[in-house]
Parts: sequence; structure tokens; C-alpha cells
Amino acid sequence: MESELPPLGQLRWQCRRGMLELDYVLIGFLDRHYAGLSPEDQRLFIRILDFEDQLLLDWVMGNVVPSDANIRRLVALMQMRT
Amino acid sequence: MTLARRRFDALIIGAGGAGLNAALQLANANLRVAVVSKVFPTRSHTVAAQGGVNAALANVFEDNWHWHMFDTVKGSDYLGDQDAIEFMCREAIPTVYELEHNGVPFSRLDNGKIYQRAFGGQSQNFGGAQAARTCAAADRTGHAILHTLYQQNIRARTHFFDEYFGIELIRDEEGAILGALTLEIETGEPLLIEAKTTLLATGGGGQVFRTTSNAHINTGDGMAMALRAGVPLMDMEFFQFHPTGIAGRGMLITEGVRGEGGYLINKDGERFMERYAPNAKDLASRDVVSRAIVTEVKEGRGCGPNADHVLLKVDHLGEDIIAKRLPGIRESSKIFAGVDPAVEPIPVFPTAHYMMGGIPTDRLGQVVIPAADGSEQIVPGLYAAGECACVSVHGANRLGGNSLLDILVFGRAAGQQIINNLKDSPEHRPMSEAAIDQAMAKLTRWEQPGEGISVRELRDEFRKVMEDHAGVFRTDEIMAEGVEKVKALREKLKDVRLGDQSKVFNTARIEALELENLIDIGMAIVLSALERKESRGAHSRPDYTERDDVNWLKHSVYFKEGDRLDYKPVQTKPLTVETFPPKPRVY
Repeated sequence: MESELPPLGQLRWQCRRGMLELDYVLIGFLDRHYAGLSPEDQRLFIRILDFEDQLLLDWVMGNVVPSDANIRRLVALMQMRT
Repeated sequence: MTLARRRFDALIIGAGGAGLNAALQLANANLRVAVVSKVFPTRSHTVAAQGGVNAALANVFEDNWHWHMFDTVKGSDYLGDQDAIEFMCREAIPTVYELEHNGVPFSRLDNGKIYQRAFGGQSQNFGGAQAARTCAAADRTGHAILHTLYQQNIRARTHFFDEYFGIELIRDEEGAILGALTLEIETGEPLLIEAKTTLLATGGGGQVFRTTSNAHINTGDGMAMALRAGVPLMDMEFFQFHPTGIAGRGMLITEGVRGEGGYLINKDGERFMERYAPNAKDLASRDVVSRAIVTEVKEGRGCGPNADHVLLKVDHLGEDIIAKRLPGIRESSKIFAGVDPAVEPIPVFPTAHYMMGGIPTDRLGQVVIPAADGSEQIVPGLYAAGECACVSVHGANRLGGNSLLDILVFGRAAGQQIINNLKDSPEHRPMSEAAIDQAMAKLTRWEQPGEGISVRELRDEFRKVMEDHAGVFRTDEIMAEGVEKVKALREKLKDVRLGDQSKVFNTARIEALELENLIDIGMAIVLSALERKESRGAHSRPDYTERDDVNWLKHSVYFKEGDRLDYKPVQTKPLTVETFPPKPRVY
């Protein structure tokens, strides 16, 4: 059975990061895209939040390309103007 | 309901480089140490520090700590305390080696030694040739240090309270600090942590300004807690601004963009820096460029629908040069400003970056209340380290590579001093119910029902006031108006209400507590800035353009009670070497 998704408040807090760039990208994504995602993609976003700040920044800034195609797809959405 | 309580030898609030380096000393000494962090520790703002750590290792060029000390004293515009600066520059060397031994993956030279890069403000032989003093782990030094320290703390069994928010220090009638009331963000339940010593390591407060490069977590929580516990804040007027942050967002656009030939224009397309600095133009010093940008906006030549920024033009450089020499800028501009700088200019505005001031401490991290005669009264049981503290090693202006150094040296020193002090005070002091009730009132205030002003509305208004009245454009008239406006907003806080009274991950409640902290430190900044009638380091005033060593070679000390300002002399006597007397700061 799929586990229940965490409350929005929890996700919002986990979008608070050590870098201003990630604050904007993650909170922007949560506000604009999260509710419209499929449950699978919502879980994927929650997984993405567990990655460390430096790697997330490298993904968002295009310095590193995620090997996982689904993560690549979500990161591309995050790169749209926040 | 009974208030949950825990007891530790030491409580550390904040899990950046300072907090974690202190915690590691304590945990390695087998003390029971708790680290409270409002976000997961490796999401602390230290992770954003890219540059590196200064230490005179002499791995690239000849170097020694005394030259590093000279550069730091000069960089501070002679406001730094020379005993603390000597201590920091000496301790830099064992601190970096300790980090290396703990596993920080510093970049290496071909001979295997730690790589060191050259940075502005570094010299050999007291102002001579360029030094290379900054130890770096590629361009992610803060990340490397933070993760290493976190892992070492896990090994040493430091107890982490992740996603707990520090609300208020608890003190006894003699003013000793006995621990803190915290809030578990997940459940919304308070937790009282009793500790023989408490270390504040909560970082800076850049969020006080509308445009800042600081992460959203940087709300000056520890500084505000100290203020409310009767501890003053020192040198709060000294705040480093970077002239080109992305407008409305704050991310830094490196000075290298202007170094490569980029230039600033106003709404008429005029290259306005030619008027303010005919020779240096866009490469004039940071304060000149910052003030020019704000002047253009104030005089109605700003760009955009709100005429609230200027433009940084780089498209004439061509795609190839932008791609080769300014990597990251294009992507950053596209994502955060919605413009491709190869095609159109980047909207920019000065961004608040680093605060030199903070909680006054001695060089061992002990919080002190300074008196005008230069004496200091130690606050029993309270320590501070990192950007929230003011030792003072940065004085009026911090040098690149000295901020990571500050947090690491003084986090370590505070940890070692706590170990020493705990040998003499093995027991917990009793905590009165009245003191706990007072702290709880800070939390329960937000349970008031009814309609009111929203946190977001007041926060936005406050941060704009700070930007307009305590930012880079500082005159008597502007700042006096700022003091009155901040006072009025502080009064308005009473009328703020939370629409959502739920407990589980109620981030609105945390943002309300953060807003109170921001306003407390905002008042310290604007009032200290108004009263300093000179230009020194980062505090630059068009109405008092010169440094005034006769009247102002002294630290500002702001007390919340009565919004009172006091001053204390700069410690110009180092520990073992001769004083560096004030000289014009020219490079």
C-alpha cells in the first residue's frame, strides 16, 4: 500500500534550505506545480527534497544532469522562471 | 498540560559551521550536548559559502598569521578588536588542520598540500605583494565543511533536535542563562531544554532587508533572543551590501560581470555610472555603485513597472564570452529574473549580504555586556559564535575568506571554553516557574483569536522600510524617518493575528516568531546606523563622508530596553604584537 503523503506545511518547511536559490525554486514549485502532479510525481518531489542542497543547486543550475529521467523531468519544470 | 523537559550539559541553538564545530568539541569531551536547528542541519546557511577559509599556511606563497592579522585589521577599517583578530589569525592554522583531519576534502596542490587561492584584501609583508591564503574545497567549501562536521557529530553522538525552533532564553534573577524554550515544528508542542551552558549560533539576519542574498532561514533569531534577555547587540550598523543582486530576489550577480565589460543602465538607457565615477565607472567601489543605483531609482530613473531597479547590460559581450567567462550567470538570470542576459539586460538592485555586528562576545565565545569604560561583564551560561556574534574580528568590513574562518575558530574556541567552565559548574541552576511562564507567553501570544494584520503584510512592509531607510543610502533624514517607521511597525506587531491556529507544521506560526525577531534586530540596525556620524567600512554616508577616528573609533552597543545606545572602546592592543594604528584604508 502507498504511504500517505505528508501535509503541505511539512513540505513547505522542507523547502526551506541553506541557499536562497533553492528557497525560491522549491517553494515556487510547491506553490505552482505540486497540486497538479500525479501521486507518483508528488512522491518523487518529496524524494527530491531529501537530496542535499549542493546537488539540488547543481541540478537546478544545469551543472549536473540527474541520471533519473523522472527527476530530470521535474527539475526541468523547476528551472522554468520561479 | 505538563511542559516536556530535557536536560543537557550544553545546548547549542543553530547547526551551521559555528554550532557544529562547538558541538563536536563538546561531544568529543563526552559531554551531553543538544543541537537545536530549525531546519535539517545540513540545510544551514553555511552550505552556501563557496569561497573558502583563510589561514596563513604558506602553501603557495610565503605567509604568516601576522600578515593575515594586518590585512584583517586594515579590512575592518580599524574597528576590529586587535586581540581577537590576533587570536583568530593564529588559531586559523590549527583550525584548518583539525578540519582536514576530520575529513574536509580540501582541494590539493600537486605536492599534496592544501590548495590556497588568492582573494582581494590579502597581502604579504603588511600590505605588499598579493598573498594566497584561502583554503577551499573546489567552489563548495561551506558544503564540504558542513557535511563533514555533521557526520563527525553523528559519530560523536551529539543529540540533534532537527526542526525545532528556539523561542526564548530562560534566565534566573542573577541574569544567568539556564537553557531555552523551544518549539517542535512538526507537532507544534513546546519543549524546555535545561542546560548548564547555552551557545547561540543562529547565523545572520539578512532577511531584515527586502533584497538579500541570505536564505529565508536567516532571520536573526539568536540575536533577537539575546536582546530580549537583556543582552545588547554590537556594531549592528555594519552590513555588507553587494551592488548587483537580482532585483526583487537578491541572488548575487558577481562583480566579474562588470569586470568583463558589463555595465549598468537606467530607464533611459543611460550608462549612469559615468556621472557618479567618471574614471572607474562601473568598477567603482561597492558602496559607490550601490548608492548610485539607489539614487537612480529614488530620482525616478528606475526600470520596470515599479521603477524599482536598474539594468545590468551584458548582451554586447556576445554569447561566447558570456558562456566562457561568466558561467552560471546566464542560467541564474533565466531562472530567477526570467531574462536571458545574452539577449536582454538583467534587472539588479543592491542586495544585503553579511552582517558584521551581533551579540558581543570575548574571544572565547563568552557573551559579554560591554561598558563604556572598556570593562566587560560576562553573562553566566551564555555563549555565541558565528555570524550572530560580534567578537569583533570584522569591525566595519569583513574580508573574503574570513567569515567561514570566524565561525570555525570561534565555534571551536567556544566549545573548548564551555568544557573548561563546566568543570567549575557541574550542576544545573534551578529554573523558576515565573521565568518559564514568561517564555511561554511568547508562544501563547500567537494563540490570540480574531482578525488582524497578516504576518506577510507586516513583514513585507517592514523589509521595504529597512531597505529604504537603513540600506545603502544613509543620511540623517532618511534614517531618522526609518527609526520612526520601525517603531510604528513594532507597535503594529500587537495587531498581527494568525489565521491558522493549527499545530502540526504550522509554518505561519514560525514565520510570526521570525517576524518578531526581524523587527527587533531591524531597530538595532537603523538606530545604530543613524547615530554613527561618519563613514567607515560598510557604513557609508553621503552626509558624513569621512572616517572620524577622533570621535568614532568605538563600537556601538544597542540595548532593546528603551532603545538605548551606548559605546565601548575598540581594543587596539593585540595579545602579543604591536598595535596597528589607524591609517587610510587604500588598496
